[in-house]
Amino acid sequence: MADHERKETERRRRMRSIGIAVALGMLVIIFYIATLARLGGNVMNRPM
Amino acid sequence: MADVGLNTRSLHAAAIAGGSVGDFIALMKPRVMSLVVFTAFTGMVIAPSGLHPALAAIALLCIAVGAGASGALNMWYDADIDARMQRTAGRPIPRGYVTADEALTFGVVLSIGSVLTLGLLVNWVAGALLALTIAFYVFVYTMWLKRRTAQNIVIGGAAGAFPPMIGWAAATGSVSLESIVLFLIIFLWTPPHFWALALYRTRDYERVGVPMLPVVAGEAETRKQIVIYSAILVPLAILPALMGFGGALYLLTSMTLGGVFLALALRVYRVREGREADRAAKQLFGFSIGYLFALFAALSVERGLTAWAG
Repeated sequence: MADHERKETERRRRMRSIGIAVALGMLVIIFYIATLARLGGNVMNRPM
Repeated sequence: MADVGLNTRSLHAAAIAGGSVGDFIALMKPRVMSLVVFTAFTGMVIAPSGLHPALAAIALLCIAVGAGASGALNMWYDADIDARMQRTAGRPIPRGYVTADEALTFGVVLSIGSVLTLGLLVNWVAGALLALTIAFYVFVYTMWLKRRTAQNIVIGGAAGAFPPMIGWAAATGSVSLESIVLFLIIFLWTPPHFWALALYRTRDYERVGVPMLPVVAGEAETRKQIVIYSAILVPLAILPALMGFGGALYLLTSMTLGGVFLALALRVYRVREGREADRAAKQLFGFSIGYLFALFAALSVERGLTAWAG
């Protein structure tokens, strides 16, 4: 593999990894927001 | 010659380097996705019970991702014919940017993820409808009908017609007559829309053996069928106004643009030779997209105005 091809491969792999990380991060945020939206104030209601 | 050499070299480099993020986004057919999201949004906003804005946004995201996933699975299955069609030869798999296996994995993961997320966070009626839509598009349309019958896009069109029902179901947890009417509008809109495209891409479909109506029944029959479907679609598109969930703006939009739709369909029927015939088909194809957008936009705008005034 030529040098420029190796660099391009690494660049694309890095971008795909960032893409996957962003998607997973968004999934966490989505579940967090949905929990707050569905439970509302009850999210803090934790009887001992 | 230099250009060809350069393109071959860059294609080779791309194949070695693997797909970019943009290639994976292209797998999701973003233009189709935008229509899906918009019609789902309309189904959601005209539904009687209000969904929390955050959950509504999540539902739309899930529907968009589900639609994109089915697009990726379609490109995976159709990679062989896509490579031989002018319109689709530039897609990521035929270009060698993304492998078929990567597209399959991408599509399956996003399909399961979008359905589970929609079901868990919004409701399972919407989740089940999204699963049905993806399954219908991939198994019924792409794998079963597309290469076997000229009715491929008539029956397969149901997949594209489900999104407003999913939007409605996300907001209400049920399916209603109103959402079925929205389904029918898109269902009847699909054949004239795709047959107009097929009329000026006949050779493409012929070459790869996809039995689109112009290939199997001829251009004359296709033109006749375009007029028939348009003549059913345009009056049906007035139904929302008659049923009370579309107001004056919708009625006006649907009648005026419906008239133009019919006129363009009749032009396709009359003009059968040369570049003018292609031009007429292209005009109908282009207009049909704007027509559907306008109908659903009118419904959304009216609902927005009502909420603002009330």
